[in-house]
Amino acid sequence: MIRFENVTKVYDQKARPALDSVSLEIDRGEFAFLVGASGSGKSTFLRLVLKEDRATSGMVYVAGQNVANISSWRVPRLRRGIGVVFQDFRLLPQKNVFANVAFAMQVIGKSRSVIRDTVPEVLKTVGLEGKEKRMPHELSGGEQQRVAIARAVVNRPGILLADEPTGNLDPTTSMGIMGVLDKINQNGTTVVMATHDDDIVNEMRKRVVELKNGKVIRDEARALYTSMLPVVGQSRRLKDASGRDEAADSGRQAAGEQAAREQAGEGRL
Amino acid sequence: MRLQFILGEIGGGLRRNLSMVVSVILVTFVSLTFVGAAGMLQLQINQMKGYWYDKVQVAIFLCGEGSTAAGCASGPVTAEQQDNLRTLLESPAVAQYVNDFQFESTDDAYKHFKEQFSNSPIVDSVTPDQLPASFRINMKDPEKYQIISETFSSQPGVETVIDQRQVLERLFSVMNAASLVAVIIAGVMTVCAILLIATTIRLSAFSRRRETGIMRLVGASKIVIQLPFILEGVIAAVIGAALASGTLWAVAHFFLGEYLSKQYPDTAFISPAQTLLLAPALVGLGVVLAGTSSLLTLRRYLRV
Repeated sequence: MIRFENVTKVYDQKARPALDSVSLEIDRGEFAFLVGASGSGKSTFLRLVLKEDRATSGMVYVAGQNVANISSWRVPRLRRGIGVVFQDFRLLPQKNVFANVAFAMQVIGKSRSVIRDTVPEVLKTVGLEGKEKRMPHELSGGEQQRVAIARAVVNRPGILLADEPTGNLDPTTSMGIMGVLDKINQNGTTVVMATHDDDIVNEMRKRVVELKNGKVIRDEARALYTSMLPVVGQSRRLKDASGRDEAADSGRQAAGEQAAREQAGEGRL
Repeated sequence: MRLQFILGEIGGGLRRNLSMVVSVILVTFVSLTFVGAAGMLQLQINQMKGYWYDKVQVAIFLCGEGSTAAGCASGPVTAEQQDNLRTLLESPAVAQYVNDFQFESTDDAYKHFKEQFSNSPIVDSVTPDQLPASFRINMKDPEKYQIISETFSSQPGVETVIDQRQVLERLFSVMNAASLVAVIIAGVMTVCAILLIATTIRLSAFSRRRETGIMRLVGASKIVIQLPFILEGVIAAVIGAALASGTLWAVAHFFLGEYLSKQYPDTAFISPAQTLLLAPALVGLGVVLAGTSSLLTLRRYLRV
């Protein structure tokens, strides 16, 4: 579904590349975590899938198509096949829950009757039945994220990209969100989730791709947040059996910085 | 659905940005009014040129009923005198200065008069026999007007010889200067309008960046994302153009029609209906201005 072949992305010639010759394949219907410290290249990976940026070298395939060959006027069609969820929800504050989800259908020209049928169905999938009329500020963080997920999947994309979707939520709420994402994955949608949340990764036991300084340093199926195997060439020290180490702690600290940064650069995506 | 959605977006944008939209309307209104004023002056010049202006330089007016000039003491021009004048015009002494000439009978004169003064009440009080017949001469060299004048002024049956160009050209040069000034002011105001439209669209795009960001992510097409912004600018400009057209019409109707044409009943003024011919041009100009400036702005400030 998503295939990277030796993809390198350089933002600044003087600095090290954001992605450094990454090769990776994520199959249809898979659920993959993208982990790694801030600046490891997770967001760049997601931006390349969306064709928000062009790879400096290498090939990015999405649903079998080389995104470099998609002309700018067909990029919208690519994006219709991809749902995106963010840490900061990005709901429209002046629209209620129903209108927020319906917005994603209106702007691609879906008819009113289709919207009327589809939106309640999707809201039911994410567990928000009966809250159609609520405004975003009347909802908890977890509920707001569910609305954002509903909006991301309402057009039935084949791929769902989630960039730190639980970054602003407490552990219990986060697990609820993971349940929703898992359900969407069960329905056949490929889910790629970038995260710092070790508890969630450990709980879900899905594929984990770890990035460091733009390189894939680990790719394991049904894995934990930190490697169960000592990685050759890495000065990684396992602290205890639960899979916590310094890297994870510094990662969490970096998550806060990441959140602040994303708030500031909100208009970018 | 999509149309309704886009209209809703436009309405929201106009409401949110009301003060900027009003200023865009006013600036386009003023700039297009000056463009239109220049156009009106040119229309007025054309109107005053009348039927003969571009075809001949010199007119020899013949004596009519009630002519008071010295050469007309013997009454209206006779057929014999007319023939003599024609022969004189064709004689080698005069013909070397003349390209060609035409005879305008009193009936022809009446017809041309009616055309030129169609907007003026004076047309109802004039009859064909009040208008003199004339020879209209196209000179090889307009500067040689004096020769014709000297040769014909004293001929029997000639009331007067007039170089029409000289009379009107002084007036036209003033009017051309005025329309040049109007065009310059219009140019400056148009630059203002373009910049203001660009700023307005930029603000509008900024205040709706959340919506457009989401539209981009869910795969809305470029048209759906950009059209509301472009139309916002275009609608404001069209309202400005409509106000400008209305103002020009009012000037033609109240100032030219009701006031000036009573002060100068022997001058042909343009009619209010003629100024409305300028309206489509003004609206078109407004649309092009707003459309291009908002397109260029969106290219920079609204990535798709």
